[in-house]
Formats: sequence, structure tokens, C-alpha cells
Amino acid sequence: MKHHLASAFRLTLALLVLCCGVYPALVWGAAQMAPGRGQGVQVVSRGRVVGFLNVGQQFDRPEYFNSRPSAVGYAADGSGGSNKGPSNQEYLREVQTRAGALLQQNPSLRFGQVPAELVTSSGSGLDPHLSPAGAYAQVERVARRRGLPRARVRALVAAHVQEPIFALLGPATVNVLQLNLALDSLK
Amino acid sequence: MSSELLGIGATLVLTLALAVPLGRYLATVYRGDRSWSDFLTPLENGLYRVAGLNPTREMCWQQHLQALLTINLLWFGWAMLVFCTQGSLPLNPDGNPSMSPDQAFNTAISFLVNCNLQHYSGETGLTYLSQLVGVMFLQFVTAATGLAACVVVFNALRERTTDKLGNFYVYFVRSLTRVLLPLALGLALLLVFQGTPMTFAGKQPLVTVQGDTTAVSRGPAAAMIAIKQLGTNGGGFFGVNSAHPLENPTYLTNMAENLSITLIPMAMALALGFYLRRPRLGYMVLGVMTAGYLLLQVPTVYLEMHGNPALAKLGIDQSLGSLEGKEMRLGAAASALWAIQTTVTSNGSVNAMHDSLLPLSGMNAMLGMMTNAFYGGVGVGLLNFFVFIIVAVFISGLMVGRTPELLGKKIEAREMKIALLIALLHPLLILTGTALAAHLYAQDPAALSGWLNNPGYHGFSEMLYEFTSSAANNGSGFEGLGDNTPFWNISTGVVLLLSRYLPIIGPVAIAGLLARKKYVPESAGTLRVDTATFGLMVFFVIWIIAALAFFPALALGPLAEHFSLY
Repeated sequence: MKHHLASAFRLTLALLVLCCGVYPALVWGAAQMAPGRGQGVQVVSRGRVVGFLNVGQQFDRPEYFNSRPSAVGYAADGSGGSNKGPSNQEYLREVQTRAGALLQQNPSLRFGQVPAELVTSSGSGLDPHLSPAGAYAQVERVARRRGLPRARVRALVAAHVQEPIFALLGPATVNVLQLNLALDSLK
Repeated sequence: MSSELLGIGATLVLTLALAVPLGRYLATVYRGDRSWSDFLTPLENGLYRVAGLNPTREMCWQQHLQALLTINLLWFGWAMLVFCTQGSLPLNPDGNPSMSPDQAFNTAISFLVNCNLQHYSGETGLTYLSQLVGVMFLQFVTAATGLAACVVVFNALRERTTDKLGNFYVYFVRSLTRVLLPLALGLALLLVFQGTPMTFAGKQPLVTVQGDTTAVSRGPAAAMIAIKQLGTNGGGFFGVNSAHPLENPTYLTNMAENLSITLIPMAMALALGFYLRRPRLGYMVLGVMTAGYLLLQVPTVYLEMHGNPALAKLGIDQSLGSLEGKEMRLGAAASALWAIQTTVTSNGSVNAMHDSLLPLSGMNAMLGMMTNAFYGGVGVGLLNFFVFIIVAVFISGLMVGRTPELLGKKIEAREMKIALLIALLHPLLILTGTALAAHLYAQDPAALSGWLNNPGYHGFSEMLYEFTSSAANNGSGFEGLGDNTPFWNISTGVVLLLSRYLPIIGPVAIAGLLARKKYVPESAGTLRVDTATFGLMVFFVIWIIAALAFFPALALGPLAEHFSLY
């Protein structure tokens, strides 16, 4: 036991250097060549940082494409889901309220077609994406609010759909921040 | 829809395909045969010299366990020290405080036992220093501990009679230098180039496009995320783990992280066969594990992709599946794949919130942890499986009226007693813990209203899941549970300790006892363990012993909720 303890102590010190010194230093060094230099990929608009490409932010004004509901209100110094169970009555009422509001704001939307992501909160509370259907569902409202032709806004969404990897693997998505920045620069 | 299925199919096939060469490599490394990684020998010799170890000294099984437990005890002290003082240590740009003693106890134990149950959120609960020298350090060394213990069993099953089972430190150090560090480095590099942060800068304040003020947490995340996945640790850098868009930014990182969950456990099953020069044995074990895993995986993917019927009734389109607690870049199918892979192994990282899974998906996740042997944790999963092999050999022996033998060694009363104690410990810890919690809650639901985030059956599932996750050393949670209280911190901490060390000590002891016995060469009367028939036998033993014990508890929670919903 005593013999083991001394060896264990010295081995632990050596491994702290290897696993917590050398290894992270290598990753950190490589990160200096990565997009965003390992600090997260920032999005700059009109000379100021308005967000991170991969971190969702709150869009709840009607003239923007709205992002998903978030259990943490998109406060990105934390993260969290609602953790509501699928049969929780209080939760189901909340979803119903959100769906009602959505149907009211987006007259083109029909009962039965409400995109699920627009009434459910994400796992992280910081989801940066919508499905293409979730973005298209908001086209009419956004176009009317901004006085833009519907076809033009629709085309903008279409241009921002990120297809699956090799068009084969995973879901198609739309990055809400990029879409809204492009929307702001439409004249 | 079909691209989501293709995505998870590709992930699974790729993992199995990579597990074969990795299994061969692991066998080579642990046998000490020549391999391409021999250029690391000087580094390893340097580590032995610093530690004052003689790598050629062989140990008996008791000495292996002494070495293992001693170094683990030391790490516990180290982690407690770091977590309790982190507030006044460097690398704390966000000014996070030190942990309370009960939370530090739970966190230190949880990472020490490779479980990574987290009763804190990374953004506010830990400093960058704690993330690296506390959490990430333990993620490396505990995974290597599991592998080393498993190799002791490999060694003991060779065809000979001996006391000497190799050197614990050699297995342990090689697991780090030749397996975990290189794989982690590869995965971490992929992550940083896909946008995961690796920085020591603190959170960045900013004003968003529509004018809200917020701040974005960052940190040296990529290095830690790689080993959390590969070492079946699971403890994330950020609070929501791999659901966080910086921790898991793209579908590609999701595939890579998901693959890393099961890769080493699968490869270890094959390595058993290659190590013993009985490759069929490895394929039998992997086959049984995969069959059990698919039995849980397929219905979960189906359920999650078909959505929540209660939401469909409210007029909400469920064609993309159930999306509460899920991320759009990953989708329902990839979330379902991860949910089961992370629970059949003892990983416990999540890319979707398990509390919001549909009832039977949540049940399948729990069953993955209740059986705890379909792939299982790095090293320790195979140790659990070994216990079931012993039981299956014994039952088969009785059924055909022969002395039960495993690979030329007689299984006798002593081994059987140990095996059954270990097999029964798991349901005992889970069910006792849940019963205690449910009893306390039922006595005074008003005072403990902070515990449960959901009423009724689902609330019971939250408590059952927490103890299941602790006993399986998994670490995922139904996170609605308000678990940062002295009751949960201490009770799960105790469960964690018992459920890590006893299932290591038991199988290593059995293997040590077997290795000492006289080797009986195979004959026509020998029960062959590398056949499909025996595989089927093990499969049923696992379901009967491990899963049926939980049926009443599951009926009260997820099954009842399912029938109230559909």
C-alpha cells in the first residue's frame, strides 16, 4: 500500500502534465488556425459583433424570422431545455398557447401544419436553426411587415437552406441569424 | 426524413467497421506485441521512471486491485481539493465560485467513478482550471482504469495456470498513451475546425441583431469534449452537454462524437477474442451486445420520429418527429440514436434532453443502463458482460449435466457467489434508492416540490432514472430533477461508489481465481462459449436477471405514462 501510494502520487503528477498540459496545448495550438481561432465563430455586421454563428439568439419581433422558444431565453452564459415530459398537462397548455399565437400572426398557416420547432423549446435553449418548413411558414408575415414582395423573401429563405451532408446525411436546416442579417440588408 | 435515417445508419455502420481494426490494435497493445505505436515506448518508460515503477514486475489479482484502489483514492482527494478551492485559483475569467462541500463530494465521486453525473452547470459551476485538471484529468485516467481492469481479466483467461497477471501500471499507462490520447487528439482537432471553442478567454458580452444584451460562454472545450466521448465519461463542458451548439456545432461533429461513444466498448469486445486468439469469441460477444442494443434502439428511433401524439392533437405537425428538447441541426433520429448509445454504454453525454423523450424512449434509455452490458463502459462494460457469461456457463452446465467450465477452467461455488452478488447489486442499489426517494417525496410533497419538474408517472420516472443512471455509472439524467440538494448529492454519491468499485473488484477476483485453477484442455464434452447457441444463452440470462427485476418499477413510471398518452 505504502509503495503503491508513492508511485501513484508521482505517476499522477506526470500524467497531469501530459493530459492536462501537453494535450490541451496541442489542441489550443491547432485551434489558432481554425475558423474563429478557437474562440467561437463570430458574426460581424456593420462593424460590430452581433453574435456567434453557432449560437442561437432571440428573435421574437414580427419583422424578423423568429427563432425557437427557449427555456433560458437565449441567455448564452447558460443553457438548458424545458425538461417537460411529453404528457405534462401544464406543458401541453403552454404549447397550445404558442400554437394559437403563431396561427394568429401567420395567417397562411393552417391547423395541423404548425411547424413543431416553433412551439417547442430546444435542448440547449440556444438552437441557432429552424427547419426549412419553419422558416417558410413565416414568409408571409415577414414580407407584409417589411413591405417586401413575398416571392423575394421566399427566395431569400431558399438561398439560406443548408442541405444535408452530401445531400444524404442528416436534416436540412436554416440558420436564423444569417437569414435575418440577409433580410436586414434587403432593400 | 430519409436523410435522417441514412445519417444514423451511416454512423452505426461506420462505428462497427472501425471497431474491427481498433479491436485488433487493442489486443496487440495489451499483449505487448510489436505495433506501429512502439515509438511511444520512450515516453512510457519515462513515465515509469518518474513514478519509480518496474514495468516488468507481474502482479497477482490482489495486487492489481491494491494498485487500482490506491491511485483512485489519491485522485479523489485531488478532485475534492480542486473543486472546493476553484474560486480562488487561476483560470477563472468568469469569476465562478468554489463548490459547496456536498456538491464537491458528489462531483468528485461522480468523475472519479467515470459516471459524470453533474449536479451543476459547466458555465457557472466550474472554472477553466477545474474543467481541465479536475474534470478532464479524471476523464482520461478513469477510462484508462476501466481498460486496465478489463485487461487483467483478459490475461487471466489465457490457457495456463498462473498467479501472475501482468503489471497494472503498464496496462493503465498504455491505455492512455496508445489509445485514449491519440484518439482524443484526433477528435478534438475535428471539433475545433468545425467551430468548437478552445480558448481561455472568458464569456463574451454582445448586443444581438434585434438589440438584446447577452453574453456567450466559451472555454477550453474541444479538448475535454473529445475525451468525454471516447472514455464513456459523458460529463459535458457546458450545462446541456452535446446539445449545446458550441459543444456539438454540426451534424458532422455529431456523427463523430456519437461514433466515439461506442467505438472503444465495441472494439474491446472484439479485442477479447483477438487477445485470446479466439476471434470467434469476440464476435460472439459483440453479436450479443449488438442484438440487445438494437432491441432498444429500433423502437426508440421509430417513436421519436413519429412524434408526440398529444401535440399532433393540438394541430402541430409531427412529420419531423418529437422536437421538444431536441436540436434542429441534429433532428429526431440522430437524437434517438445518441440517447440509446449513450445509455447502453456508460457514457451519459446527451444531445437531446432525455426528460422530454417519449415515455417508451425514456424507458429504453433506462433499460440500457439497467442491463449495463450491451457494449457498456470503456472496459467495465465487458467486465459486467463477463459476470453474465459466468452465470450463463453455470446455468448451461447444469442444464446439460456437466461441470461448468469456461475456457478450460472450472466454475465453482465461489466464483458463482461473487458473480451473482455483483449481478444482484445493480437492481438492489437502483430499486432501494428509488424507493427511498419516492417514500420521502410521498411523505411531504409540498416541502420537496423542488425535486420534480413533472407531475405523476413522469415524476416517478425522474427519480428512477437518477438512481439508474448513478448505479450504471452513466451520468445522464432526466434533468428536470432538482438534484443539487444534500439528499441527492449524498445518496447518489454513495450509490456511485458502490456501483463502480464492486463490479470491478468482483470480476477481477473471479478472473484471478480462475487463472490459478488447473487448465483442462478442450475435449468433446467441453461447453463451447464461442458459438451462437451460447450467445443466445447469455442474451437471455442478461434479460432475465438484469431487465425483469425492474419491470414493476418501469410499469409505475414510463409504461403507465405511455398508456396515458397513446
